[in-house]
Amino acid sequence: MKRLVLLLCFALAFPAYAVQPDEVLSDPVLEERARDLSKGLRCLVCRNESIDDSNAPLARDLRLLVRERLVEGDSDEQVIDFVVDRYGEYVLLQPKLGGSNLLLWAAGPLMLLIAAGIGANYLRRRAKATDEAHDDLSVEEKARLDDIMRESVSKDT
Amino acid sequence: MAVAEPAATVQFVLTALAFAALVWAFVTSDFSLRLVWLNSHTDKPMLYKITGTWGNHEGSMLLWVLIVTLFGAFVAWFGQGLPPGLKARVLSVQAMIGVAFFAFIVFTSNPFLRLEVPPFNGQDLNPLLQDPGLAFHPPFLYVGYVGLSMTFSFAIAALIEGRVDASWGRWVRPYTLAAWTFLTIGIALGSWWAYYELGWGGFWFWDPVENASFMPWLIGAALLHSAVVVEKREALKSWTILLAIIAFGFSMIGAFITRSGVLTSVHAFANDPERGVFLLMITATFMLGGLTLFAARANVLQAKGVFGLVSRESVLLVNNILLAVACFVVFVGTIWPLVAEMFFDRKLSVGAPFFNMAFTPFMVLLGLILPVGAMLSWKRAKLDRVLNSLKWPFILAIAIGTLAYAMQTGRSALGPVGMFLAAWLVMGSVVDLWSRTGRGPDRFGRLRRLPRADWGKSVAHAGLGVTMAGVAAMMAWKVEDIRVVNVGESFELAGHTVTLIEVHDEEGPNYLSTKATFDIDLNGRDVSELRPEKRFYPVAQMPTTEAAIDNGFLRDIYVVIGDPQDSGGWAVRSYYKPLANWIWGGSILMALGGALSLSDRRYRVAAGAQNARRKTPKGVPAE
Repeated sequence: MKRLVLLLCFALAFPAYAVQPDEVLSDPVLEERARDLSKGLRCLVCRNESIDDSNAPLARDLRLLVRERLVEGDSDEQVIDFVVDRYGEYVLLQPKLGGSNLLLWAAGPLMLLIAAGIGANYLRRRAKATDEAHDDLSVEEKARLDDIMRESVSKDT
Repeated sequence: MAVAEPAATVQFVLTALAFAALVWAFVTSDFSLRLVWLNSHTDKPMLYKITGTWGNHEGSMLLWVLIVTLFGAFVAWFGQGLPPGLKARVLSVQAMIGVAFFAFIVFTSNPFLRLEVPPFNGQDLNPLLQDPGLAFHPPFLYVGYVGLSMTFSFAIAALIEGRVDASWGRWVRPYTLAAWTFLTIGIALGSWWAYYELGWGGFWFWDPVENASFMPWLIGAALLHSAVVVEKREALKSWTILLAIIAFGFSMIGAFITRSGVLTSVHAFANDPERGVFLLMITATFMLGGLTLFAARANVLQAKGVFGLVSRESVLLVNNILLAVACFVVFVGTIWPLVAEMFFDRKLSVGAPFFNMAFTPFMVLLGLILPVGAMLSWKRAKLDRVLNSLKWPFILAIAIGTLAYAMQTGRSALGPVGMFLAAWLVMGSVVDLWSRTGRGPDRFGRLRRLPRADWGKSVAHAGLGVTMAGVAAMMAWKVEDIRVVNVGESFELAGHTVTLIEVHDEEGPNYLSTKATFDIDLNGRDVSELRPEKRFYPVAQMPTTEAAIDNGFLRDIYVVIGDPQDSGGWAVRSYYKPLANWIWGGSILMALGGALSLSDRRYRVAAGAQNARRKTPKGVPAE
């Protein structure tokens, strides 16, 4: 089952739902910062869920911890560092950009460059190649017919 | 070679019998079967007794092989147009896949294990799975996953034969289309379920198991487009074959991720290493075999079509690059925690923030070029002509994006960019379709008579735009409210007045429920009444939330009732979700587009039994 393990998290949880009214800070600016921070912190006993979404009691403890630090005047970075010091970088849903993680962040752009290079090379060869498909006229004819039909259609518009 | 057809039929019939036996055991609550005892209960509604058959590992695996054999049987029954050699090879590869998964079931996940002393009653299916959205989510997903096994079989057969031509493209495309369409529906069902069931209205979590279904979807979409190039222009052949192999690879990796639990927790893997290792071996065998064959034979696949740099072919290649690299990003992000732990000794997480940042740019690029690419002609295209006909959609889309920017409160680019892309895609699709009707009288008549593949293409592309609008609006503009509410008290939510009318307890068929009634008003006018529930399933000892949602075209209002508070009143979470239904509406449009293309005359002819011998012109518009 696709979500079974996700469900396990709920099986362990008490019937309480994510952020509770009694956790909400009276200062709306601080509360919004707390929510933003919570969205990037992982619930340690859940699977791939932020503490902001999680029902687990441990997530609630972490949410309260984040708010406590904020009320005491910590900056966002200080709060994150505080949590990471205690729970390790496992707690960050967005991996830090540093060390081996550079590979993770660069994977997409690098692959795009490689693919674009190969693709461009292929396109150049295709554009230069001579039409040698005399043995399969029917396909070529149909393709040309297609082209002529399209041309005439788009000329009309 | 003649053995292949009856063998495929027999394989299917026997698997269907086994599956029917398992369904029967669930329907009659035969607790002498261990699986039924673990996952069913006599009090469970009949629908969920039946769907409970695949609501567990063993049963779902049996469903999986049932679909593998069903696809094989399909080729045997309706593949009259296929050359006998190719057909026999396709069927034999498909049967090999079947055998591998049969072995997996027999050796590691036997659904028919018996208990010596049958217990009086079962342990119930997980209550979260007792839901129509999730009951039908796995079958759709599996048809999608397994449909890609068919394209894999076609690719391997073509490599063995050393021949890939336009007709191969035409044979393989219906299976790709079907697989992708079912995957779309399956993923949308899962996302819809998460939205209304999990209680905070999230629709996508970038969870490893979600990614497991999303990766084949992305590659399937790429394959769908490259197979068109093979069919129409006999180019991109080896790339298409490679995609077909990789697409099924991702299906199997998906099965591995979901079932071994290796990415969700290292301990789950240790609990059942047998299954994970077995699945990994199946995946490795088919992938290594397929890729080796590809490496050895790809050079015999000569491209024929010649085309200019500005042409439909080129832009479909760009589409393929973007989709494949996007899939690669998802893949790397999904397995990175494992890689980091194994090679760099770092225990870390990769979650939604990473995927949102690393994946989204590819979709934005794709959306930007799509309407232009869809209108370029094959071989050699005139870019200025296409840009000219798309002038108005572009200007209007920019206007809509600007309007969204002016109306929103924050400075986030997500909402406006999403609105721009959505408008650009939808209007671009309309212009594309309209331009195909030519000029002169009776354009509407011709519009109706356009080939269904044209309709399918436009509908699916517009659907992508609609989904993008929904995703962007939900992420950028949702409003959330969390508070304690006493009975009779009202509060504001995005201009609406929400009043808690009453709360009472109720007893359901197999659960206890706390039910609340909320009244939603807009400017003193009654909009709707919402009844969110909090349920408790005693047999499974599990609580669930049943959010109440007022579905609207432009917004959902979503209310969840929480716990009673010591100080009196109830914890209430409510959300205003703009364009929420557009996410699934767009998915339905995409699936509809796939179905329309699938029903196009040339595929019915290519796959159809009766029409196999009738000669039909290919690729020529119906008009």
